[in-house]
Amino acid sequence: MSEYILELSGITKIFPGVKALDRVDFQLKAGEIHALMGENGAGKSTFIKIITGVHHAEEGEIFLDGKKVEFKSPLDAQRAGIAAIYQHVTSYPHLSVTENIFMGHEDVKKGFIQWKDMHKKADVLLGQLNAEFPSTALMSSLSVAQQQMVEIAKALSMDARIIIMDEPTAALTKRESEELYRITKKLRDNGKSIIFISHRLEDMYQLASVVTVLRDSHYIGTYDVSEITPPELIKAMVGREIKELFPKPDVTIGEEVLRVEHLSRTGYFKDVSFHVSAGEIVGFTGLVGAGRTEVIQTLFGIERYNSGTIFLGGKKAVIRKPQDAMRRGIGLLTEDRQECGLILDWGIGKNITLPEVKKYARHHVTNEKSENEAARKLAEGVDVKALTVFDLVSSLSGGNQQKVVVAKALGSELKLLIMDEPTKGVDVGAKAAIYEIMGDLAKQGLAIIMISSEMPEILGMSDRVYVMCDGRITGELSRAEATQEKILERAMVKHGHAVHA
Amino acid sequence: MQIKTKNLLKKLRSSRELSLLLVLVFLCLLIQLRNSSFLTPKTIGDMLKNYSTTITLSLGMMSVLLIGGIDISVASSLAFSGMCASLMMRDNVYSSTLVMFLVSIGIGFCCGMLVGLVVTKGKVLPIIATLGFMNIFRGATYIVSGSRWVSAYQFQSAFKQFAQSKTLTFGLINNLVFITLVCYAVFFVIMKWTRFGRRIYAIGSNPEAAAVSGINISRIQFLVYSIAGAFAGLTGAMYTALYASAQSDMGMGMEMDVIAACVIGGVSLSGGQGSVTGVFLGALTMAVIGKALPLIGVSQFWQTAIKGAIILAAIIINVLTQRAMVKNALKERDI
Amino acid sequence: MPTKSGRTIAATKEKSLKSVFLRWEFLLILLFLIVNIMNASISKNYLNATNLFTAISTFLVKGFIAFPMAYILVLGDIDLSVGSTVALSATLLGVSYNAGLPMGAAVGIALLCGTLCGFLNGIILTKFTELAAMIVTLGTMTLYRGIAEMILGSQSTGGLQNVTWFYDLYYARLGTVPYIFIVFCVLAVAFGFILHKTTFGRYIYAIGNNRLAARYAGVPVQRVRLICFTLVGLICGISSIYYASWMGTVRYDIATGYELEAISMVVLGGISTAGGKGNFPGTVISIFTIGLLKYGLGLINVNSQTILMIIGAILIIVVTIPNLRFRKHTEKHALASSGTAQ
Repeated sequence: MSEYILELSGITKIFPGVKALDRVDFQLKAGEIHALMGENGAGKSTFIKIITGVHHAEEGEIFLDGKKVEFKSPLDAQRAGIAAIYQHVTSYPHLSVTENIFMGHEDVKKGFIQWKDMHKKADVLLGQLNAEFPSTALMSSLSVAQQQMVEIAKALSMDARIIIMDEPTAALTKRESEELYRITKKLRDNGKSIIFISHRLEDMYQLASVVTVLRDSHYIGTYDVSEITPPELIKAMVGREIKELFPKPDVTIGEEVLRVEHLSRTGYFKDVSFHVSAGEIVGFTGLVGAGRTEVIQTLFGIERYNSGTIFLGGKKAVIRKPQDAMRRGIGLLTEDRQECGLILDWGIGKNITLPEVKKYARHHVTNEKSENEAARKLAEGVDVKALTVFDLVSSLSGGNQQKVVVAKALGSELKLLIMDEPTKGVDVGAKAAIYEIMGDLAKQGLAIIMISSEMPEILGMSDRVYVMCDGRITGELSRAEATQEKILERAMVKHGHAVHA
Repeated sequence: MQIKTKNLLKKLRSSRELSLLLVLVFLCLLIQLRNSSFLTPKTIGDMLKNYSTTITLSLGMMSVLLIGGIDISVASSLAFSGMCASLMMRDNVYSSTLVMFLVSIGIGFCCGMLVGLVVTKGKVLPIIATLGFMNIFRGATYIVSGSRWVSAYQFQSAFKQFAQSKTLTFGLINNLVFITLVCYAVFFVIMKWTRFGRRIYAIGSNPEAAAVSGINISRIQFLVYSIAGAFAGLTGAMYTALYASAQSDMGMGMEMDVIAACVIGGVSLSGGQGSVTGVFLGALTMAVIGKALPLIGVSQFWQTAIKGAIILAAIIINVLTQRAMVKNALKERDI
Repeated sequence: MPTKSGRTIAATKEKSLKSVFLRWEFLLILLFLIVNIMNASISKNYLNATNLFTAISTFLVKGFIAFPMAYILVLGDIDLSVGSTVALSATLLGVSYNAGLPMGAAVGIALLCGTLCGFLNGIILTKFTELAAMIVTLGTMTLYRGIAEMILGSQSTGGLQNVTWFYDLYYARLGTVPYIFIVFCVLAVAFGFILHKTTFGRYIYAIGNNRLAARYAGVPVQRVRLICFTLVGLICGISSIYYASWMGTVRYDIATGYELEAISMVVLGGISTAGGKGNFPGTVISIFTIGLLKYGLGLINVNSQTILMIIGAILIIVVTIPNLRFRKHTEKHALASSGTAQ
């Protein structure tokens, strides 16, 4: 009998062009809370998907209670007692909480669903989690935190022995996070084994007894939480001193490029004011759901704002659609490059030239030769690793895809470049390259807004940092003042009332 | 804050059926004012009998819409199965009304299975697949009948009587209306109390989550299209019984009637939303409009245009309502 | 900026003969030849130029519609209202003329009607982007034909061929070549050029492939869609004029099945219903292929309903085959991306 309830050894997972996991080992003891940490793109999510049967590893083995198992589908993992709670909740918005919990394993007597019994059972589960809503509530009427509770209830209803949580506190307030800690500890006390991924050191220190670190798809090590200090942990995750990674050159800050005053959009953000000048890199940070992406979507004309003013170069600007923003020299790198930033079926060249295809055309007739030439220059400028401009973007690695997106933005005359999570899912080499590009652009007088959830990135690259929480700007820190603690403090403030750790 | 939103949504949801009912009652009263012969037992009874086909077929369409698909071939499968069953009766393959109905349902079921196969295994978009089948089944109807009718004198007299009598309920309700009500009752139970019914809603609400929950989406899709076909078959038999004749162009355009009925009834075209009660009210509304328009002097030639306008109005109103709901929910967020 | 790692990226592509032969259009041409061979073997007079052009003219009337329909399908949308638009435009043409208006005005009204019908589709779809093209055009399909029925009832309106120049629209020839054929060729070249060689065409492909990414790249998505749907309406107007010229009389229930045929022509031509893929030449070839197939079937006295049945079958078969081949590929991806984060 193995002392471990779950063990993985030598797991290797390869996607086209990318090795997501390289001989990763992992052991989970029964009744243990085990943290899985690493930078974005280290392989954590892929690893979790191997455990839950969504992906199949090319190499390596999985052992459950000491016996070798193979999960051919998510259902197999579920039946084996493994339940996962993801960042993006997969639920049925039109159905009730009870149905969301029991879908797939409903209470049935002679073919008929026993609603009363199911509602009662669901209420019991919800009661264990201190939920304040009834099981008859409609899923779409619940907040993200509440939906997460339903997911946990779902895991419990399936008698899961191993519960996996992917960034469980990402969308929660401080109070909701504490509630989640309490629930998680109770689950452990009831004999469940828990793996959770989190970026927040606080989560780890509060909950876990053991932490495994992944870096660049490699297994780095497993440590006792009580024996490892935050700097040591960060070093394990990042692999180097933070300072080396960010070649932010000293740049003279120029004229104000963008000023936003009292911008509001009902239900998303309120009274947002900030400014960016030429040569500045301004960081925007905060927890998921703070409203950062929504603010810049408004700046770029993807969504409309309800009140407030935008000034570009000192003059009032009205931006109603992306073309307006682009015409005024605003460029945007979206958070999800595959969904919003690239056309995967197209080649590198056509992707890069799409925003400015009119520029290369003569009287609306496309000129492929000059397009390809321009694309080539832009792609080479950011060092995209490809053979020809006709290479399909879908065949590139995450880092290279991101470089294509950058090249695409640089194809226009820019005064302001907005980058939303510019190094998400990007390998370290490409990360460094992107930081270098950002530094060069700042030197050339471009104003840059960088949204990021990665603390090292924010601290290392920003001249100033704005912190957002629940749709408002809760803090502005200069490069000198900014520390992780100060930022976190402001990221969890609600309406000006600080909540202390 | 969350509980307030929940109550609001719940109210709006259940009030869809309520507001539909109110609109229907209002409509009936309006018509009654113009033509006092409307709200009489005879008129209403006739209306229900004549529209029993549309009302029944709407159930078949409902299940397809719930999983996020569509089937515009149902009117053609109606014709094909009705015609085949009629031809067999004409040629004395059988003489029982019951058998005729069963044969028609069976043929319709096969038509539906074919559609289901193409959609699930062939991975063809439902609109394209059913556009093709709509013409295939209709063409087959013409071929099989030699472009001729099966007329009244060629049917068994018992069959001809069926649509006008009340034998199934021992004299209480017209046969066709009874069949319709039974179908609705059964469907209501299935959609609310069986796993199969709930899984249809699940697939329509979030197909990805359904896949992860272990639901066999392809199988249920296949079944749903087959059931829609079976309903088409049943309706084909009912139609033929009602008019005591089978023509190759029967039911043409009925697919739009049932889509309108579903849309009015609150069935979402993207799936996951819609109730049997709503569809019943929607189908009833279509019946009232169809019956009432001639009564108040609207020419029959206006019916199609009105149908189209209703569909457009209904889907636009749905969108506007949805937008208003989202706006309210955003206001509640207290950001 | 200088290349950082000294790497160069090629900007020119070599063509290969192999890519020519494996393309869909090649198979299509093969199909086209087969249809012609079959037709020639059925009818001795088939390959006579005059007869051939007569046959071709009949399906060119609705063949026009495949051009903008190709744009619609590449956009990832669909338009089921084309037949009804043709019927309504033709109805208005006939009614206007018989109400005393000069034929020129009647023709103008038909064009205006078609354009407005397409424009209405476009406006609804672009103002209510939550709605799918399928249901909106199903609604307008019903509405437009309904209006035609309201106007004409069960009657027909005719006498249109009494105006000589109007009759000539369809029947006149330059030598043996009908004018309608010339117009068709001009439009084919225009539509093909716009789709493949202009920024507008590039936008259409971008939108069909990834609407969100196109929007973020500054493509005027809704404007392009509005223009394309209006274009469909305009071409339907032209089609209705040719129909009226051909038949001389018009009823409210003409042009049924046009949506099926137009979509089939486009799909057989290699344009995917998912959007973002396909080439225009294929559409042109398949217009002739399906048109001549219908003609051949007509020669052996197959009735029109059966012909529609065959076209329906062709549509389904043509759409299914590529899906069967790539099924293994898509299933794997579907499972990997189901219900998970990032």
